[in-house]
Amino acid sequence: MLQIKRIFKTFNPSTPNEVRALSDVSLHLTPGSFLIIIGTNGSGKSTLLNAVAGSFIVDTGNITLAGHNITKWPEHRRAKLIGRVFQNPFSGTAPTMSIAENLSLAARRGKSRGLGWAVHRRGASDIRDRIRSLNMGLEDRMDNAIGSLSGGQRQALTLLMASWLKPDLLLLDEHTAALDPKSADQVIRLTHDIIERDKLTTLMVTHSMQQAVNLGDRIIMMHRGRILHDLNGSERARARPEDLLGRFEDVRRREQMDTSVAEMLQQSYV
Amino acid sequence: MTLLIGAMTLGLILGLLALGVYVSFRIFNIPDITAEGSVTLGAAVAAALMVSGHGAVVATIAGTAAGMVAGAVTGVLATKCNINKLLSGIIVMTALYSINLHVMGKSNLPLLNETTLATRAEQFGNKIFGGATDLNIAGWDVGVRDASMLIGVFLFIVATCVLLYLFFRTNLGTAMRATGDNPQMICALGVSVDAVTIFGLAVSNGLIALSGALVAQYQGFADVQMGVGIVVLGLASVIIGEALVGTRAVGLLITGTVMGSVLFRLLVAIALRWGLNPNDLKLITATFVFLALVMPDLARRVRIRRLAPAREA
Repeated sequence: MLQIKRIFKTFNPSTPNEVRALSDVSLHLTPGSFLIIIGTNGSGKSTLLNAVAGSFIVDTGNITLAGHNITKWPEHRRAKLIGRVFQNPFSGTAPTMSIAENLSLAARRGKSRGLGWAVHRRGASDIRDRIRSLNMGLEDRMDNAIGSLSGGQRQALTLLMASWLKPDLLLLDEHTAALDPKSADQVIRLTHDIIERDKLTTLMVTHSMQQAVNLGDRIIMMHRGRILHDLNGSERARARPEDLLGRFEDVRRREQMDTSVAEMLQQSYV
Repeated sequence: MTLLIGAMTLGLILGLLALGVYVSFRIFNIPDITAEGSVTLGAAVAAALMVSGHGAVVATIAGTAAGMVAGAVTGVLATKCNINKLLSGIIVMTALYSINLHVMGKSNLPLLNETTLATRAEQFGNKIFGGATDLNIAGWDVGVRDASMLIGVFLFIVATCVLLYLFFRTNLGTAMRATGDNPQMICALGVSVDAVTIFGLAVSNGLIALSGALVAQYQGFADVQMGVGIVVLGLASVIIGEALVGTRAVGLLITGTVMGSVLFRLLVAIALRWGLNPNDLKLITATFVFLALVMPDLARRVRIRRLAPAREA
């Protein structure tokens, strides 16, 4: 389904701010698989997601999705194949527009937009039914501006919008990180239900080790723009939050050693 | 009374301009100053075509189309060429000044001998009111010419507003509103933000040029200076309109914007009648827009300051 072949991305090349955000990342996802990406801050996990979504074009390498080579496609063209939920609850919805209008925008993801009515009666009842399934009482507030809703409600609606037309790939970028624990739980449950129901191929970035072990069927851990660990099958099944934290600790210790060795070398030679 | 009717007619025509400013400023959040050039462009193209013997309808449509092209050029500069949005507008506006002079051939083009839409409205009014030159409406004497022009303009503006409202409820129209509201989201839903921005600026400047074409026919001439200060004027109408309707609902805002434009013209007419120096008009308009923009923030700060001691006590 998704095939990433040896992609590299360097931001601000040949300047003091040069960042090698992705170096030699390869990944293959079979249809219906649910991959969780974890990693420290700046490890490149969100960058990997953005590379797939098309927020920037990678320096080298190839990305293939659902049989299309999308490496050079602009972001809005990839949206035909990809549904996205962002970390910031404000990013996924248009605040001054109504719930019904927002969902009707999502109902035409990647399709041409002509002069047909955006919200028509048949579409509206369909929207109402799906919103009712969220159990948030939003079906009676279809004409309210989305800006008046809470972060959790907006994120649930964004999730509904991203999965409205079954996408070939669903990208979730720490989509519960900005929510209070209760809303986060609610959104995670919804995420699980939707992915199960539609058998969606999913890439999800998270900070929460608990989410990483509870959801998904495969975990990759990134560090400095590379994939450090890839837990699949039985290894994934045995993984517990403590194990993942242990691996982070390993990385940290190795790095500390690197810096202390560097200091030692500096002291003896400079 | 003639003065008031004139102000209302001009207010309605400039309502189109205000709608154009509403589209660029409020829907797309782009301070698009192309308007200063495209209002004149609409007037110039329409006037030049009429002088060279074309019909008024064709000339007005051509003027509108010219404005749309100008808006699209600004859009291309701002999106595809990555030029600062305000600067893109300034570049096109500056270029349009020369273009307008070329189109007109001189700095002022009179239309007194042409059959304009204004003449058409007058002829139509004469037919309906049976040749009388004055009407008696509620004890006021009103010239048939003025009355028929007001009615004609009113019907035209209502039709434009309805069309615009319906457009904003279509798939394309909602995509346009969403682009101004949250570009990141609409891009993730498969819409090219660049393309929609270019199209939106074309619509905005088309409305503005249409307004210019009608103003030229109403006042009987096109002038290369007629666009100066027009963006602030349009913004004043939009702000008054928002205050009048007090919501963010599109339908009401469209109506409010036109009402704002008419109200603004009436206030100007009354102020001039009371002896306001016409040279001060733009200064006062600018001051008004400045105050309208800072007032909400100022009011908020005053409220906070008033609350602060209460909390300490």
